Amino acid sequence: MKQSLYPMLLAALLIAACSPTTEAPPAKAQSVADTGGSARGDFGPPQGEPVHAVLTSPPQVPPATGRSAPAKVIVELEVRELELEISEGVRYTFWTFGGTVPGSFIRVRQGDTVEFHLKNHPDSKMPHNIDLHGVTGPGGGAASSFTAPGHESQFTFKALNHGLFVYHCATAPVGMHIANGMYGLILVEPPEGLPKVDHEYYVMQGDFYTVGKYREKGLQAFDMQKAIDENPTYVLFNGSEGALINDKALRANTGETVRLFVGNGGPNLVSSFHVIGEIFDKVWYEGGTHYQENVQTTLIPSGGAMMAEFHVEVPGSYVLVDHSIFRAFNKGALAILKVDGPENKTIYSGKEVDSVYLGDKAASLTPVSTAREAAISGTLTLEQQIAAGKAHFTGTCSVCHQDSGLGIPGVFPPLAKSDFLAKDPEAAIKYVLNGLTGKITVNGKEYDSVMPPMSQLNNDEIANILTYVFNSWGNQLGQVSTEQVAKVRGETPRAEGAAH
Amino acid sequence: MKGSAGRHGKWLAATLFVALMSMPAVAADYVDVPAGAFQSVLPTADTPLDVSVAALAMRSEPVTNAEFLAFISAHPEWRRDQVPRLFAESRYLEHWPTANSIDAGQARQPVVKVSWFAAQAFCESEQARLPTWHEWEYVAAADATRRDARADPAWRNRILGWYERTSGGDLAQIGGDANAYGVRDLHGLVWEWVDDFNALFISADNRNQGDPDLLKFCGAGALSMQDRDNYAVLMRIAMLSSLKGADVTGNLGFRCVRPATEKSQ
Repeated sequence: MKQSLYPMLLAALLIAACSPTTEAPPAKAQSVADTGGSARGDFGPPQGEPVHAVLTSPPQVPPATGRSAPAKVIVELEVRELELEISEGVRYTFWTFGGTVPGSFIRVRQGDTVEFHLKNHPDSKMPHNIDLHGVTGPGGGAASSFTAPGHESQFTFKALNHGLFVYHCATAPVGMHIANGMYGLILVEPPEGLPKVDHEYYVMQGDFYTVGKYREKGLQAFDMQKAIDENPTYVLFNGSEGALINDKALRANTGETVRLFVGNGGPNLVSSFHVIGEIFDKVWYEGGTHYQENVQTTLIPSGGAMMAEFHVEVPGSYVLVDHSIFRAFNKGALAILKVDGPENKTIYSGKEVDSVYLGDKAASLTPVSTAREAAISGTLTLEQQIAAGKAHFTGTCSVCHQDSGLGIPGVFPPLAKSDFLAKDPEAAIKYVLNGLTGKITVNGKEYDSVMPPMSQLNNDEIANILTYVFNSWGNQLGQVSTEQVAKVRGETPRAEGAAH
Repeated sequence: MKGSAGRHGKWLAATLFVALMSMPAVAADYVDVPAGAFQSVLPTADTPLDVSVAALAMRSEPVTNAEFLAFISAHPEWRRDQVPRLFAESRYLEHWPTANSIDAGQARQPVVKVSWFAAQAFCESEQARLPTWHEWEYVAAADATRRDARADPAWRNRILGWYERTSGGDLAQIGGDANAYGVRDLHGLVWEWVDDFNALFISADNRNQGDPDLLKFCGAGALSMQDRDNYAVLMRIAMLSSLKGADVTGNLGFRCVRPATEKSQ
């Protein structure tokens, strides 16, 4: 159906472009291209017997509705306040829709009439309600569902827009109710349903704020100030660090297609959702009607969702992360999709070579170790020093002074046949250790630039570098010993970390 | 403890019932609270900021199951098997073993699962009434030494600590530490009915373009709050505003107030 739209749209555009005198109906073309939104989402009164919605706990997703006509769907969702594990050995009092974080997954079809029952368990301390982003009407159901502990509220709405929608508690203080885990997803299927896939999974990100530090053991209290500062202690998929790892990992086999329904409850952070080692074949960004193809990372706003499909070819563990990556490795935003099946070396070889790589230093660092051994045994020669010094000079000093020692005229002074250097060769030790800033004149040219201190180099290295400089490019300024460098270093105090 | 109380509940309750009946009515302990002005976290249309509270005497502790049992014995129309549903929903006093008995362990627990109507009737029976929200808030602003400790994070954290404990087990007994007025258990034990639990919030709503559902929506409730740090109190207001007069919950009790005695006026 979707594909047939394009020729029609194209035709409309051609008419508009080629025959300006023809009455082109751009408005009509537009209405063909879009879904018509809520104005075209009412398929009439519900038909047949009322249906009880199948609700699932994450990461499971209810089966497709399989309906071709609007139905009356009864949803019964219970609010529970529960103390659960947020991380190993760390407990937190969650407020939940259906006993889990995120709450139960709800699946209906566009045009369905949903009779919603919100039950607040008698043991609850707080009143709660629900705002479903899939509801058309003030408050999204919040006012109609405000429910005291031990009570039940009922309201009814018609699902006019299809898409993947967040629901959440909207009782004051809203941020705290959401931060305690009160959110979930409701899928309103398009009339034709979704294409068949091998696996559907339900993942939802949320940020959590505890008084104790990350992974501090025991029962942790909610920290309002951290929440206001938007500085979460945990960023999690499905409400716990262990929710989707090890034996609870999502599973698929090679050759299968996986569909993820991913929401972001917030309350604060926007997710940069990414699966390490996979590329989303399709992303229905923002949970809407259209998809983007071949996506690496997709944004999921707080209070938003997205749907993604991808085909898995290579077995192994794929890591779901919020690619705001410190959240993944330091706040818990990690989940695993484990793919089983035979290796496919033509697509991904696995590791073929494991060898040492030293870049452009690979060959040149040999003289350094030779010089070090010689120094230890007391047989260090001028030639060995020069050779080792050259290796260090390359890649450290040569960036500015150039391999030729000529520097860059007017910017970086030359070392080759430098009268400045020749005037007081020993002062060079000081320049290397402490840097040199300000106006100097070298070979009749004025330079006014900054050489940073290079005190991160050890005494051996500086001695060798300077010995190399003093004996290259026509310079004949002698030799510098480790002891000389040590003496100058000892005389000049400098700030820690002054290197570079 | 609970199990054994349940097994022997009948005779224990009967014993307790007889004991209560044979005792002279124990005068509940009311403590004087002097008049004063303070800033309510929830200003109303009439009193935008400063709220004056007249001198009053407040029950030093919430009403207990034992006290409420004595009340229904004298006023059987408030027994759970006799009260009209209009005044108390079906779960009214359902935690009692029978309509006119309690387990021994319940005697000094605050009575919960009582409707606003029943609470009001109880207070009338001892020549008292339910406190208004502002009266309750005024007295509950105190900690052990100060009459208004609300600026102290420790005061707030103590309240939040209770919110964060899931309920479902046995309620604690009354008799927590007294605050600066000598009133106990305002925080950390149960929610408490106030006389104007519904009316107060409607006037607050009117101030904001007349949206009657202000507290029930995203963040809107926070707009009428003077101090965002007082969200702990806001949560109590949200709780009260979710109720109707016949409702009961497992964490909702009450206490009464009377006009102040002469010495405090």
